[in-house]
Amino acid sequence: MFGFFKKIKNKITEINSDLGIDERNQELFAVSALFDTPDDIIKAAKTLSSSGFKKYDIHTPYPVHGMDDPMKLKPSKLGFFTFFFGSLGTLTAIAMIFYMAGFDYKNIIGGKPFFSLPPSIPVTFELTILLAGAFTVFLVLILFNKLPLNNNPLLDTEYMKRVSSDKFGAIVEADDELFNKDEIIRLFKSLGSSEVNLIYKFKHNELTTERPIFDFKFITLLFLLALITAAVTYFSLNKLIYLPPFNWMSEQFKVKPQTQSTFFEDGYSMRNPIEGSIPRNELPYEYRGLPDSLVKYMSNPLPVSKEVFEKGKTMYDIYCSPCHGYYGKGDSRLNGQFPNPPSLHTDRARLMKDAAIYHIITTGQNIMPAYDKQIPQLNRWAIVHYIRALQRSQNANDGDMNK
Amino acid sequence: MSYDATYTKELPLVPERSSFPELDEVVFKPTETKPTRAWYIAFIISSTALLIGALSLGYTLYYGIGMWGNNNTVGWGFDIINFVFWIGIGHAGTLISAILYLFRQKWRTGIARFAEAMTIFAVMTAGIFPLIHVGRPWLAGYLFPYPNQHNVWVNFNSPLLWDVFAVSTYFIISFLFWGLGLIPDIANLRSRTKSGIKKFFYTILSFGWRNSNRHWQHYERAYLLLAGLSTPLVLSVHTIVSFDFAVSVLPGWHTTIFPPYFVAGAIFSGFGMVATVLIVLRKVFDLKHIITIDHLEKMNKILLLTGTIVGYAYAMEFFTAWYSGYQFEQFVFINRAFGPYAWAYWIMIACNVGFPQLFWFKKIRRSIPVMMIIVILVNVGMWFERFVIIVTSLHRDFLPSSWAMYIPTWYDAGIFLGSFGMFFTLVLLFVKLLPSISLTELKAVTENAQPKNH
Ligand code: HEC
Repeated sequence: MFGFFKKIKNKITEINSDLGIDERNQELFAVSALFDTPDDIIKAAKTLSSSGFKKYDIHTPYPVHGMDDPMKLKPSKLGFFTFFFGSLGTLTAIAMIFYMAGFDYKNIIGGKPFFSLPPSIPVTFELTILLAGAFTVFLVLILFNKLPLNNNPLLDTEYMKRVSSDKFGAIVEADDELFNKDEIIRLFKSLGSSEVNLIYKFKHNELTTERPIFDFKFITLLFLLALITAAVTYFSLNKLIYLPPFNWMSEQFKVKPQTQSTFFEDGYSMRNPIEGSIPRNELPYEYRGLPDSLVKYMSNPLPVSKEVFEKGKTMYDIYCSPCHGYYGKGDSRLNGQFPNPPSLHTDRARLMKDAAIYHIITTGQNIMPAYDKQIPQLNRWAIVHYIRALQRSQNANDGDMNK
Repeated sequence: MSYDATYTKELPLVPERSSFPELDEVVFKPTETKPTRAWYIAFIISSTALLIGALSLGYTLYYGIGMWGNNNTVGWGFDIINFVFWIGIGHAGTLISAILYLFRQKWRTGIARFAEAMTIFAVMTAGIFPLIHVGRPWLAGYLFPYPNQHNVWVNFNSPLLWDVFAVSTYFIISFLFWGLGLIPDIANLRSRTKSGIKKFFYTILSFGWRNSNRHWQHYERAYLLLAGLSTPLVLSVHTIVSFDFAVSVLPGWHTTIFPPYFVAGAIFSGFGMVATVLIVLRKVFDLKHIITIDHLEKMNKILLLTGTIVGYAYAMEFFTAWYSGYQFEQFVFINRAFGPYAWAYWIMIACNVGFPQLFWFKKIRRSIPVMMIIVILVNVGMWFERFVIIVTSLHRDFLPSSWAMYIPTWYDAGIFLGSFGMFFTLVLLFVKLLPSISLTELKAVTENAQPKNH
């Protein structure tokens, strides 16, 4: 464990020395001076700003009050940004709630209006504060103070150490138009500075093009990271969320259709109506168990209409198509788990009476199961109409072309 | 009445005037030295508690929340009690860091950073509870409005949704506020440290802060703005938490007094927790001259005030129940005080209304051992307050046939213990790894820190 940390530490030192961090060249960055009291530093700031320097700065371990005037700093404009983003938060929230609750997903809750102001206030308020606060922090760091910035030559100097702790410091940068090393040293001394120093630039102060971006190791690392991310994503989305306990409640103490039941004697988990029960509004089927020859001719009670065909198609697609195929061609989708039925376009089937098909649906035929318990009577007749239409459509004759 | 001059003279904040390097030394000491034995012992205890909590939680996640004591009648149990308890604790931190800042209460500087950290840890701890309360926390993303293929949006009329927004905003803003305050101190640590690996992390966390007065200017403004934003925020958070109850139509919950009552209770419990930890902290890390007895006394005064407000709310609830003439409301309160959970009710009354009244006496306000006992009792009392509000209102509803008792299971207790484990583990790591006193603020309020001719 500690060996690991030591390794990282060594690595960091190595990288640091590779990059020449902490190493300074002979190029002057600034002249710095340390002062002992807040009054001294105010005086120094006043002198520097009135001498016309632009690139000077004051560093103190804590905000020294009354520094704005001597440094001639304009009041911070941060407040305007806070106000702007706060208002943006308000508007976003109102617009969001109005769109979601009042427009896109109108859900009746306690008979109240879809959108109304009072219940929207809490969320609006919170979003106002959230946007205002978060942007204040990001903007003060990034926009106003231009941070993060870790290659400023002032960092990691003895000067910075002192002004972080107990001294008050001032610098004038070498880029300043009025910069004159000796004069500035003299000026600082005359202001009562206890220590004047020269600060040099880092060897690698500018970002050079020979950055490790095209480094082989770096690219390998990137590639590995991408691979790991992909693998983790794949695993969590495809495997993890189906493992217990993340199994979407699919594992429950309840009986599911098509499974074996240990409770019922016949082992079926799905139950049939009790023998002899008849659905409301229906009459018992009188030809049950009788051979086809005894089935009496009955005409289809439903009219030939669009609605009936549509009903028939829905019912057929649900109940019959798994075995018979969507067009009745006997192309079952059961992958051989059940013997394929014959086509419904054979002469035998086409010449069947409506009542005969109805009879087959109601009582089944050989290995085809009966559907009387699943499909209500009138829907069975609708299916019959639909099968007739199917048969007609698959066996069109020349005359149909003219219609 | 004799006039005592010490009451009017503002006491110096850092009485034994220490030099800045000395302050640095004291505050940074925990981050620069090996942990003491006391720290290790504390850490082992708290992380064990955390582990127990994690195990109980693991069981709950695997087998579902049937492991808890919640039942059909009492659907909200330890999960919600602990949520409200912890979120309330967080409120003291924001009060100290934001509201007292706006009121220019300089005595707050010594304790502000620590209290803010406690806010964050308390909100993190609190945040766990609503998540596990939903049963399948890995689906908690549904709590936020996001475009989805079901074309469903969240219910903006529900206080539970407001809670989602309030708590997450509260966490983010408190975290940013705290982090912003830490930057200059971490920059200071960065200049001081000699260890390469520490420097690496400090460098990242300090963003290259260099104490420039051009930066301080915006920084101070940002601080003020955040304090201004956090103040209404902290009041809104517990208000919205109280809406979870008040917006329902349940006798015992459905009262307009809830928001102020909850906010006062939150500050009360938060100060209780801050005081408890600070008393230990100032002793262990030898910060008695920075977190002085005067600071603790001021906190005790706030405890006295908020405790009294809470007591008033308890009385008012009874009055309203009687005055409403509404039979069910009256029953809930009679049942609270004299029903099967009367013991919890009277613990609550004793700890929240009774003992803090001792703080009227100056001797007691300034006595560390007595203070320690009372603030711990405040924590106990405030936990029981949430217990009483939630359980007694639920367990006997309109229909006597569905009356039930709520008995927490060991898993409930384990998770509760774990929440303390998590909180204190985080606190211990914090005091060890980061400066637990804001040095920049502390230095700025020492004597002679600001220019004379200002
Ligand atoms: C489980 C598969 C299956 C389903 C579902 C099914 N059938 Fe059948 N069907 C068969 C089989 C197998 C046969 C052939 C039975 C036999 O050998 O006589 C058949 C035969 C038929 C016949 C007689 C064909 C002929 O030439 O003798 C008709 C008509 C028929 N089915 C209509 C339907 C209708 C209408 C539905 C929907 C309610 C339906 N079937 C649902 C398997 C199925």
